[in-house]
Amino acid sequence: MTPEDLHGTVLKQQAKHGNYQHVFNVCMESGCVSCNSAAVVEALEAEVKKRGLQKTVCIKRVGCLCSCAQGPMVALDKGDTLYKAVTAADAPAMLDALDKGGRVEHLDFSSKQPFFSRQLKVVREHAGYFDPEDLDDSIRVGAYEALRKAVTEMTPTEVITEIANSGLRGRGGAGFPTGLKWSTVAKNPSTPKYVVCNGDEGDPGAFMDRSMMEGDPHRLIEGMAIAAYATGANRGFIYVRAEYPLAVKRLTRAINQATRTGLLGSRIFDTKFAFEIELRLGAGAFVCGEETSLLSSIEGQRGLPRPRPPFPANSGLFGKPTLINNVETYANIPTIINKSAAWFSSIGTAKSKGTKIFAISGKVHNTGLIEVPMGIPLRDIIFDIGGGIPGGKKFKAVQTGGPSGGCIPESQLDIPVDYESLMSVGSIMGSGGLIVMDETSNMVDVARFFMEFCMSESCGKCVPCRVGTYHMHEILQRIYDRQGTPQDLALLQELCDMVKNTSLCGLGQTAPNPVLSTLRYFKDEYTNLIHSTPTTEVLP
Amino acid sequence: MTMSPTTKPPAESLTLTIDGKDVSCRSGQTILDVARENDIDIPTLCQLDGLTTWGGCRLCLVEIAGSSKLFASCATQCTEGMNITTQSDRLLNYRRMILEMLFSERNHICAVCVSNGHCELQSMAQKLGVTHIHLPYRYPKLTVDSSQDRFRLDHNRCILCSRCVRVCGEIEGAHTKDLKGRGIKTFVINDLDQPWADAKSCTTCGKCVHVCPVGALTERGTAVSEMAKRRAFLPYLTSMREH
Ligand SMILES: Cc1cc2nc3c(=O)[nH]c(=O)nc-3n(C[C@H](O)[C@H](O)[C@H](O)COP(=O)(O)O)c2cc1C
Ligand code: SF4
Repeated sequence: MTPEDLHGTVLKQQAKHGNYQHVFNVCMESGCVSCNSAAVVEALEAEVKKRGLQKTVCIKRVGCLCSCAQGPMVALDKGDTLYKAVTAADAPAMLDALDKGGRVEHLDFSSKQPFFSRQLKVVREHAGYFDPEDLDDSIRVGAYEALRKAVTEMTPTEVITEIANSGLRGRGGAGFPTGLKWSTVAKNPSTPKYVVCNGDEGDPGAFMDRSMMEGDPHRLIEGMAIAAYATGANRGFIYVRAEYPLAVKRLTRAINQATRTGLLGSRIFDTKFAFEIELRLGAGAFVCGEETSLLSSIEGQRGLPRPRPPFPANSGLFGKPTLINNVETYANIPTIINKSAAWFSSIGTAKSKGTKIFAISGKVHNTGLIEVPMGIPLRDIIFDIGGGIPGGKKFKAVQTGGPSGGCIPESQLDIPVDYESLMSVGSIMGSGGLIVMDETSNMVDVARFFMEFCMSESCGKCVPCRVGTYHMHEILQRIYDRQGTPQDLALLQELCDMVKNTSLCGLGQTAPNPVLSTLRYFKDEYTNLIHSTPTTEVLP
Repeated sequence: MTMSPTTKPPAESLTLTIDGKDVSCRSGQTILDVARENDIDIPTLCQLDGLTTWGGCRLCLVEIAGSSKLFASCATQCTEGMNITTQSDRLLNYRRMILEMLFSERNHICAVCVSNGHCELQSMAQKLGVTHIHLPYRYPKLTVDSSQDRFRLDHNRCILCSRCVRVCGEIEGAHTKDLKGRGIKTFVINDLDQPWADAKSCTTCGKCVHVCPVGALTERGTAVSEMAKRRAFLPYLTSMREH
C-alpha cells in the first residue's frame, strides 16, 4: 500500500459512511458475545432488510462499549444513545425509535453519567465505533496513518525522541520509560532484532489487553510496526494466551489483512522498511507474562524466567536484541505519533503521562472497562465512575496490580493514580486490574486468595518462591481457619521479607505484596483471628 | 584448533572489590568465577562448572554497593569498580532459610540415605550452621523410580536443582530428563514422564547420577553412605568441547 492508497481508502470509506443516517454499533467482544450479542446483530440486520433501510441504516459489529456487566451493549451513532441488556426481540423497537426520534425506554442507559463523562479516551479513542474485523473501517477512523507518517516523514531517531519526550511508560506493570527501552534496542549493533508484544495478561480479573486485541487489533499492529521501524527490527511476535480465542481470531485476521494489503511485509508505504508479525499462543501460565519466560516460551522452551541482566533489550529472543512491550503500551504509540509528544505529555502527572485503562470489578455499581487520565484520585474512580458500593455497604479496600499488587484502604483513597503514588501506599499500577471490596470481605482471606494464586502459578525454578509461597499460603490458611499462632504471624513476616528479596523473577519478588499491604493496613484482622484461637494446642 | 584472533574481541580487564579485597578479572566473568579464583567461597547448589547457568537455588546471592537488590553471583557479570559483599548477617539468614525450605519441602532422612556424608545439601547445612528447621515439614507422599537396572530416582530427596536435566541435554545430548509441572508440584521426569526403564532416549551414561548433589539420583546396589559422586568427567568433557 502506498501513502496515496491509504488516503484513498479513508476518503472512500468516509463517503460511504456519509450516506448512512444512522449506525447501530453492537458490541461483539467476549463479554457481550457471551450474552449473545451476535443474535442482536442478526435481528437488527434482518429488521433493516425487512424495512428496506440497508442504504440508510448501518449495523456495525464493534469493540468494547465499556459497560461489560450490562451487555449486550448497543450504541447509536456517536454514542449519545446507549442501550443495555439488548435482546434480539428488541430490534423492531430500536428501529421504531429512530423514526420517532426517541429512545427505547426499557433499554436506555444514560451516556451522561460520570461512568462515561469522567473517562478520557486516548488509546480507546475509536473503540466501539468501528468494525475491528474490517481493515477499511479501521482505516476510516485513522488506522495506519501514524505508521505512514513515521516511515515516510520521520527518521527512526526522531520517532524514538518523540516517544521519549511523550513520557510514555510501560503499561505492563513496572512502568519502565518506553522511549529509553526503544533506544537501548536501537543502539545495540547486533542483528537481527525482534519486537515482541506481551499479550499474556494473566492477572485475575484483568481484561484490558484482551479488549484491545479484540477491539482494535490494527492499532496494536501499527504500534508494533512503528516500534520496529524505530529500533531496526524486521520481525515481530505477538504472544497471546490461548484462552483468548476471539483475540487470537481477530489478530490472525488483522495480520492477514495487513499482510495482504502490504501494510506488513516488504516495502511498507513504498519505503525500504520491511516488517512481519507472527502470533504465538501461550498455554495460560501467569509466569509466561514475565518477559524472560515469555521469550523462552516463544523459543519453544519451557516458560521459565532467566536471570536479568542481561535484559532482553540486549540479549532477548534467540539471544538477539529484543523490544518487549505490553499491548496497551503499543496501542499508545499511534496516538503519540499522530498528535505529538507535547499533546500526550499534557495529560497526566509530572512523572506519569497519558491515560490508563482499568478493568474495574468487585463490589461497585458500574463494572467494566474504563480509560482515565493518570493522576485522577482513586476515590473518583470508585465513587464517581464506579458509582460507589452497592447495597448500602461500606467501602473497605481496593486491590490494584493483581497478585503483585496491594490492598489500598479508605484512608489512602485520595492519592492520585500514578506509578509512584501507588507504590508509596504499598501497591503497584500493575496492568490495570482494579477490584473493589466492601466491609464483608475479610482481608486475610483476600491475601490467602492471592497467595494461592502465586503458589500455583510459581514456575518452581527458584527455591524461595517455590517453597516460600507454599509455606506462606499454609500459614494464611491456618490463620484464616483460626488455627494460627502469634509465631505464625512472625514467621509469615519473615517469609515475606525473604521471598521478596531472594526470588529470581518478579512473580516471587512481588508475591508477598498482598500480604504486606494487608498487614500494613488491616493488621487487626490478622490478630483478631489469631486471638480467637484456643491457646493450648490440641494434639491428635 | 587455534582460534582466529578475530572471533573474539580481546577481553578487557576490570578491577573490583569483593569482601574488601581488590581483585581483577576479565570482562564477561561472573562474580562467582572471580570470587572462586580468589579463594572467596560463595555457597551454591544448582551451579556446576560446565553446565549452563540456572540461577535457581539463590544461595549465591550477594550484595552490591549502591543497590538494595541482591544479585545471583552465578549469573551476574562483573563490571568495573563493583563493590561486592558475599558474607553478611542478612545473606546468612537468607541462605539458612533457603536450606530450611529445601529440607522442609520433601523427605530428607539423612540417616538412611545412600548419600549420607557425600551430600551437598547436608554439608551446606552444616557449613552454614543450620541446626534445626523452623518451617513445618510438608512430608509429601512421593515415589521412587527403581525401574532402571543401574540407577534409581528418589523424588523424596530431589531438590530440583536441574543439574541432571542440564547435563543430560547439554553434555550427553540425550535430553531424557526434563521437568514437569510447576511450583511445588515440579518433578524431574524421564522422557514423557515414563518409568526410567522405558525411557528409550536414555543412554544409561550415568552423568545425571554423578552431577546430582544429593541422594535423589544414585547407583543401585549402594548402601547407606556409599554413594559418593564422581564428577571428573565434566570439566574434562567441557574443556574438550571448547578446544
Ligand atoms: C509474574 C509476572 C507477570 C507478568 N505478566 C505480564 C502480563 O501479563 N502482561 C504484560 O504486559 N506484562 C506482564 N509482566 C511484565 C513484563 O515482564 C514486562 O515488564 C512488560 O511486558 C514490559 O512491557 P512494558 O514496558 O510495555 O510494560 C509480568 C511480569 C511478571 C513478573
Ligand atoms: S520467583 Fe517464582 S516464578 Fe519466578 S523464577 Fe522463582 S519460582 Fe519461578
